[in-house]
Amino acid sequence: MKILEKEVLSDYQGTRVVRMKVFAPHVAAKARPGQFVTLMVSEEGERIPLTIVERDSECIKIIFQEAGLTTKLLGKLNIGDSLYAIAGPLGHPTEIKNYGKVIIVGGGVGIAEIYPVARAFKEAGNHVTTILGARTKGLLILEKELKGVSNEIHVLTDDGSYSRKGFTTDALDELLSKDKYGMVYSVGPIPMMKRVAQVTKKYGTFTIVSLNAIMVDATGMCGCCRVTVDGKTKFSCVDGPEFPAQAVDWDELTKRNRVYEQKEKHLCNLNKIL
Amino acid sequence: MANQKKKEPVKVKEQDALKRSANFEEVVFGYSEDEALKESVRCLQCRAPNCIAGCPVGIDIKKFILQLTQKDYKGAYLTIREKNSFPSICGRVCPAEYQCRLVCVLSKKGLPYASEESINVHFLERFIGDFGMKQGLEVEKRLEEKFSKFKVAVVGSGPAGLCCSGELSRLGIKVVIFEALHKTGGVLRYGIPPFRMPRDVLDFEINYLKKHGVEIIPNYIVGKSSALEDLFVQGFDAVFLGLGAGVPGFLGIKGENLCNVYSANEFLTRVNLMSAYKFPEAHTPVNIGEHILVIGGGNTAMDAARCALRLQKMSGMVPNTTIIYRRTEVEMPARRLEIEHAKEEGVKFRFLVQPQEYVGDEAGLVKKLKSLECRLGEPDQSGRRRPVVIEGSDFELDCDLAIIAIGLEANQVLTSATPQLKTDKYHDVVVDPETMETSVKGVFAGGDIVGGEGTVIEAMGMAKKAAKGIIDYLTRK
Repeated sequence: MKILEKEVLSDYQGTRVVRMKVFAPHVAAKARPGQFVTLMVSEEGERIPLTIVERDSECIKIIFQEAGLTTKLLGKLNIGDSLYAIAGPLGHPTEIKNYGKVIIVGGGVGIAEIYPVARAFKEAGNHVTTILGARTKGLLILEKELKGVSNEIHVLTDDGSYSRKGFTTDALDELLSKDKYGMVYSVGPIPMMKRVAQVTKKYGTFTIVSLNAIMVDATGMCGCCRVTVDGKTKFSCVDGPEFPAQAVDWDELTKRNRVYEQKEKHLCNLNKIL
Repeated sequence: MANQKKKEPVKVKEQDALKRSANFEEVVFGYSEDEALKESVRCLQCRAPNCIAGCPVGIDIKKFILQLTQKDYKGAYLTIREKNSFPSICGRVCPAEYQCRLVCVLSKKGLPYASEESINVHFLERFIGDFGMKQGLEVEKRLEEKFSKFKVAVVGSGPAGLCCSGELSRLGIKVVIFEALHKTGGVLRYGIPPFRMPRDVLDFEINYLKKHGVEIIPNYIVGKSSALEDLFVQGFDAVFLGLGAGVPGFLGIKGENLCNVYSANEFLTRVNLMSAYKFPEAHTPVNIGEHILVIGGGNTAMDAARCALRLQKMSGMVPNTTIIYRRTEVEMPARRLEIEHAKEEGVKFRFLVQPQEYVGDEAGLVKKLKSLECRLGEPDQSGRRRPVVIEGSDFELDCDLAIIAIGLEANQVLTSATPQLKTDKYHDVVVDPETMETSVKGVFAGGDIVGGEGTVIEAMGMAKKAAKGIIDYLTRK
């Protein structure tokens, strides 16, 4: 559980996105694209889920934005420090097959999560078109890495500070209007994934999203991460984290993910990490 | 005996209800030596005692109580340990009034549980268990040379896993426990609150195993971190599955995914395992409402309600937690002591209520619970009178936080990844009832993953049987 590498991928107005390589052979051995770990920084800390971005035989790489107390504390750890706990790989891996042409849409720190999937799709012989979106230039991560695993890449920033101005769904809509794609895969903020689902529905394109519901144990024990998919209750941790985008009840997920907002603010204020 | 003046049962001392309902310290203090002796001499030492058969693991209750009356505490400890590895745990959580105490000749008949006249076997067991713990008493090992070469993997560190590990390591078998969570104890830690199961007692029992060579690997999810068959590749000769019944059941009614509708498992895991009652020092939050409803009538419902009420008080709110149950008090499956404790602490009860729908506000927060009233009908398969809803009796309850404690189902993380492991329609693992061996050779199972949701002692009973099955299997190897 020792941290072997640490790299700040972006630092925009004090909000950092950090990549870490962690020694975790139990996780690394079986990890597949689309799966995640649950980790704790300290004994009194929270258990938080994070996507496994890369793996080798003994180590995994994780990427996180310092958003809440736990990710801020995680970002304070340095090379040589150890995590208190890490378990996985959790969730179902992405079903990787040859769809012909696929579009992979990543927004914000969700770009970290699409990277292993884009790579696997490319390796499976797909023509991979990647769309990356960030609020502003300073928040864009992994552009080079994704270029390396994509046949075609489109980068957009909300404020136009880099590349094209606009949203990922603008580019997605254009692509789908011109050509047929076997599937769309998307990870990002909930409003973005919801928009992706709306756009692809228009074209009847099969779409998978990876959800970021709040979890506690992440092994199916608590049901905190339940989401409604096609009218049925599913647990993101064991039934997901990937679901067909058009079947997800986005409004419910949006509300459920806000349920500890006040407590989180209180915690961050108390700890004055920022 | 007949002319002897009937001795009153010795009441156990407890933390004051008003005080304890604002802390997480242990509620029951347990018997002092004098109290234990006084209670133990009430035992009639029946020629043909019923109590032993009433115990799921067959503790020689008559003998240990006799030893207690003779102040042979060590002897009493060893007598219990013959059958039960964790007397300090079981003495605290066993539903004795449904087991050994129910069949005690002193108990008045006609109730589904023992009357208070029956011997307080559980308090005596706890006294002896705690004595053994304080004195550092150890049971004799039965090391056998032929077993020292064997390695057994135990999956899950709950009651079944701990018990099986204790049995096997006693013979000199190398045991490695794989635990999915970051802490050991399973339901004893994530489910049962510290005011009922103090963490130092649990830690003591687990450390005892470690001291005797049991290795524990936390954060390791068999079925994910490795496949079941990988364990054999890693050099284990047999496997015991003590996975528990970890998946919370929901009512399946409208509005159940509104915010602040919790499963009891989530609520208790946040509070107990993640120490949310120490928030913000511990970082995992749990929400608390002004009108908390807990749905269910078992021990989990009592635990959740008592935690919720404590959290209301600790955050300066007016305590207002109500247990909603569709039958009446007498049919509640919870331990009678928990029901009494909950009442004393101020938990309210509303019986004969069948929830119909949660109603939320714009933000998706639960606000009301629509329900129907019930009456009791004919007995069902469980022998308890079935609740029958009364049409047109609709009413609403204020509810800004709901906790659903209606039971648990099997966790399928391992079984779904292991198709060769035969399961039944409840996704429980199918075993040979004699050996507890599963459909996979060398893989045994016990506890809630086999029988569905049961008690700690029942899980331990199965684990003991499985340990015997494993020993026979290894002997044949």
